[in-house]
Amino acid sequence: MLRLVVRRLLQLIPTLLGLSVLLFLWLNRLPGGPASAILGERATEAEVARINRALGLDQPVYVQYWRFLKRIFELDLGTSTQTGQPVWDEFATRFPATVELSIVAILIAIVVGIPMGYLAAKRRGGWLDVGAVSGSLIGICIPVFFLALILKGIFAVQLQMFPSYGRLDTGMDATDITGFAVLDGLLTGELDASLDAMHHLILPAIALSSIPLAVIVRMTRASVLEVLGEDYVRTAESKGLDKRVVRGRHVLRNALLPVVTAVGLLTGSLLSGAVLTESVFSFNGIGNFIRTSIDARDYPVLVGFILFIAMVYVLINLLVDLAYSLIDPRVRVH
Amino acid sequence: MRIFKSGAVRAITAAVAVGLIATGCASERGKDGDKGGDKDTFVFAGAGDPGSLDPALASDGETFRVTRQAFEALLEHESGGSKLVGGLAEKWSSDPAGKVWTFNLRKGVKFHDGEAFNAAAVCANYDHWFNWKGTYQSSAVSYYWQTIMGGFAKNEDKEAPKPNYKSCTAKDENTAVIEVNEPSANLPGGFSLQALAIHSPKALKEYAKQDATAKGDAITYPKYSQEAGTVAGTGPYKITKWNKGNKEVTLERFDDYWGEKAKVKNLVFRTIDTEAGRRQALQAGDIDGYDLVAPADVKTLEKEGYEVPTRDVFNIFYVGMTQSKNPALKKLEVRQAISHAIDREGIVKTQLPEGGKAATQFMPDTVAGFSDKVKTYPFDTNKAKELLKKAGEEKLKIEFCYPTEVTRPYMPAPQDMFERMKADLEKAGITVVPKAMKWAPDYLDATEAGSCALHMLGWTGDFNDGYNFIGTWFAGPDKQWGFDDKKVFDSVNAASKVTDPAGRVEAYKKANETIMEYVPGVPISASPPAIAFAKNVNPPKVSPLTQENFAEVSFK
Amino acid sequence: MTKKADKIDRLAELMQTSEVTSGASLWREAMRRLKASKMAIIGAVIIALFVLLAIIGPWLAPHSPSAQTWRGEVFANKGQFVGARGENWFGLDHLGRDMFSRILVGARQTLMVGVVSMLIGLIVGALVGVLSGAAATLGGRTGERVDTVIMRFTDIMLSLPSLLLAVSIAAVMGQSLTTVMIAVGVVQIPIFARLLRGSMLVQGSSDYVLAAKALGIRKKRIVLTQILPNSLSPVIVQATLSLATAIIEAAALSYLGLGNPDPAIPEWGVMLAQAERFFDNEPMMAAYPAIGIIITALGFTLLGEAMREALDPKLRG
Repeated sequence: MLRLVVRRLLQLIPTLLGLSVLLFLWLNRLPGGPASAILGERATEAEVARINRALGLDQPVYVQYWRFLKRIFELDLGTSTQTGQPVWDEFATRFPATVELSIVAILIAIVVGIPMGYLAAKRRGGWLDVGAVSGSLIGICIPVFFLALILKGIFAVQLQMFPSYGRLDTGMDATDITGFAVLDGLLTGELDASLDAMHHLILPAIALSSIPLAVIVRMTRASVLEVLGEDYVRTAESKGLDKRVVRGRHVLRNALLPVVTAVGLLTGSLLSGAVLTESVFSFNGIGNFIRTSIDARDYPVLVGFILFIAMVYVLINLLVDLAYSLIDPRVRVH
Repeated sequence: MRIFKSGAVRAITAAVAVGLIATGCASERGKDGDKGGDKDTFVFAGAGDPGSLDPALASDGETFRVTRQAFEALLEHESGGSKLVGGLAEKWSSDPAGKVWTFNLRKGVKFHDGEAFNAAAVCANYDHWFNWKGTYQSSAVSYYWQTIMGGFAKNEDKEAPKPNYKSCTAKDENTAVIEVNEPSANLPGGFSLQALAIHSPKALKEYAKQDATAKGDAITYPKYSQEAGTVAGTGPYKITKWNKGNKEVTLERFDDYWGEKAKVKNLVFRTIDTEAGRRQALQAGDIDGYDLVAPADVKTLEKEGYEVPTRDVFNIFYVGMTQSKNPALKKLEVRQAISHAIDREGIVKTQLPEGGKAATQFMPDTVAGFSDKVKTYPFDTNKAKELLKKAGEEKLKIEFCYPTEVTRPYMPAPQDMFERMKADLEKAGITVVPKAMKWAPDYLDATEAGSCALHMLGWTGDFNDGYNFIGTWFAGPDKQWGFDDKKVFDSVNAASKVTDPAGRVEAYKKANETIMEYVPGVPISASPPAIAFAKNVNPPKVSPLTQENFAEVSFK
Repeated sequence: MTKKADKIDRLAELMQTSEVTSGASLWREAMRRLKASKMAIIGAVIIALFVLLAIIGPWLAPHSPSAQTWRGEVFANKGQFVGARGENWFGLDHLGRDMFSRILVGARQTLMVGVVSMLIGLIVGALVGVLSGAAATLGGRTGERVDTVIMRFTDIMLSLPSLLLAVSIAAVMGQSLTTVMIAVGVVQIPIFARLLRGSMLVQGSSDYVLAAKALGIRKKRIVLTQILPNSLSPVIVQATLSLATAIIEAAALSYLGLGNPDPAIPEWGVMLAQAERFFDNEPMMAAYPAIGIIITALGFTLLGEAMREALDPKLRG
């Protein structure tokens, strides 16, 4: 197990090196440091040049790249050029926010999607099936930001059922241990903070879950249909085994395999969606921060992000593999 | 629904139910906290996070809005106006040469950390800034010091400006004398800047222990400026907490404040980066006020009963021309034609919030030095066509840059304003090549380097002096404008050297007239950035310089 | 980095399973099933209407889509807009332009953005995929290595969040319609590459290719005449689905401020992004382009899904 993790991580290194070189070359084609972002219309060309020189941004790309590599080996991700804060700190506040958001979104998608997909398959052609299929198709076709705007307009502004922005209410002075607001609240016993964080998560998470939900409904439906047609299910049913047992033990379990895969490969699309939902809900997550970092060409943040996301990716795929082997004993992780 | 009989599904259903009930409770709880009780917290949303809690290290409005509540400078602007009045100094005067400035300080003023305010404290501040070393000398960190006072005791960069600050002496407990090497148009206005606000000497000692570093590719701000605790000023509020994850700065009433105490106990600044997001947060009752209201929302909010006071204008929005980029712009007729082609009034009428004004020169009419006698270029498409014909530029093709993903106080909807002007220019027979760029760094870098023939930019005044506007652009050759006209530059520089206030105003008027004769660009409009408050709020006096004092806020 | 890739490979595989029967009869069978599918019919009708609109829209438009003809009647700063009326069926936009004409003319731009970006993804992706697949099937040991390198690279691209990849491309290339199309297209490259390679691998080990090899037919010829044509069906399915994704992603890029720098030229994504600011004052301004985008994307998704089902024997019911 440990060896597996280590091997997967080692495999990452050449990929990451290649990626960081590409990123550097790509982004470095245009000049521009933090100066004009800080000074706005007050910046003059001479001043910008002065600041860039002081920061070494006027040096050739390979010198800058070497500097960056040296830092990485010292386990230092550097400082964000936008905020002047260590990249590590910026990630520490924002990553948990997005992870929390994504987890809730995925949970919504699973909790709603799997039963819905299962029922749709069971009553193939019925109104529930038609509804689930067309609903999931529309879910894929609505631009995420538009859905987020509509949800916010109705449930936050008109009905005032949910807060319209942010992660926590003003003055909700929650203790910060892990950065995960919901978890922190539970750990410290500040239940109100935990609930408040949850309350802020609902709307953006629903918007974010639209695509995963659609995917999961369809995956579940398709794979349940497939499994229902398999011989062993027919055999089991014809043997007179309790239908509930058949469905629980055989159908659902086997049907879940592809769904688990789908959940794993949704992480990329979740992050794309997070960029948009976080922007609509002014949610201080990593998605929106990375977008502004791209605009501001905040290399330290971007490089750090790539490193981080690659590890998260490996981790998630590992978890998916493990989940696989739990659900299906035939699959062994190697 | 047989599926729900299976154990796992039942458990999931139960979990969902519990979750919904729980968040439902949280919802009620949240509302209680917000709206019930004695209302001792005022929440105001800005568009961006502050950069630091030490205003001396900042140059942006978002930072100053927060620090202004906690720090005061020697001079201030009158509440709701642009007139210079005493701040921490009750009275001030200068010698006739404008080199020696004497400040009679207010008595009985205390810093948040208990230290007493006196002349020694004032000098400690100015000397602290003057002796900045290393990264502090970068203009990204000390922009305003360098603009007002020039360089440092030991300039580490050959290209840094020459120091203009000479010395500060505490003549007695309550009299501070600041001497400069040369008279400057930036004084006394500069003494009112939030960046030159006075800190407690005890805090300054802490600051001095820390360094702003330039490790890697970025500037790292010193730790004291990134968390509450060390910084201490004299303002009606003291900063108690900066929660970065939640984008929230909390201030608490300072009970030993020398003046009228703040009416609301807690003041919280939060960040919501989109206009629509801020408006919706106000409508949803999540915040009590916000700045930079989209013009389209002003009437909507007013109709719904929100308080939307109108500020006076103190900025200018212009279309810049870079003559070196497109040689046709070197011809006076072409520049005049472009000026005639643009419908300024139309922009004011359809794009700007109430109180917006069409501009005739490179400063708003609220600045001393505004002239009624400048040459004007009224909207006249035919005249524009004629002038182009005269210049032999009937087939003029010109690149016009505009910024995206930004709104500025003087430019509430850049893309819409651009589209209108583009249509205007096209009507006059000019082919416009649109170029969109992200505000920072792309757009700003491009315009500064002079790579956009036509572009839109603007300026918000720091204090009421004409040089703060026209001196920014027309004191000498500048790549952004790409021209060299001695007459224009001389008129501006001559004005800045006049030390007698009335004479200086007259000289600015003359300079404005010279500039508009030359038309280096097209001044379009001045726009009051709108600010909005909840229905139950008594708003503070709004300031043309966007220097609202939130200590004046109370709940109805 | 492997799971998304696995899924694409599986899609490629699925579509080849009934290849035992000859290619032609598979297509006939698929067409028959497609014609019977309601999803496919609805999708095809929507697409047909949309394409028709894109072709004749500009001639149908009653007014100029870019002239600010009624700009004196709209006051964006006072929240005063002009809704539907006799002269302007869909009302005016925030600069006094006729919304109906903009929607009509915008269809063409929207389709163009979708098609061009899909083509960029398809063509580049296909080249990469064919190269990789051909190398793997027929190239021996070196070929396998080439294949590994290429696939490692596409894995990297697949692992990056597509929107962020697109934003970074747009950031470096500057803002233009071309940028939007390239940014959206590049995101699709690895998908097509994976797909084509996967199905070529399956083909490569199929009986008729083995037979051809045994007969001594030249490798290049095998790839061109046997493997490639038989690998196309999953690509066509993916291309249809990609059109939907491309249109939605282009709208997202516009929302993030990276759209066409000349907003006078109507395109639904840009129109939606611009109207968002006035959502409370004049929701219809956002609704028209939004509905257009959703319905169009739905059309492509319906047809694509129906094709996938028709070609996938396991989903036959």
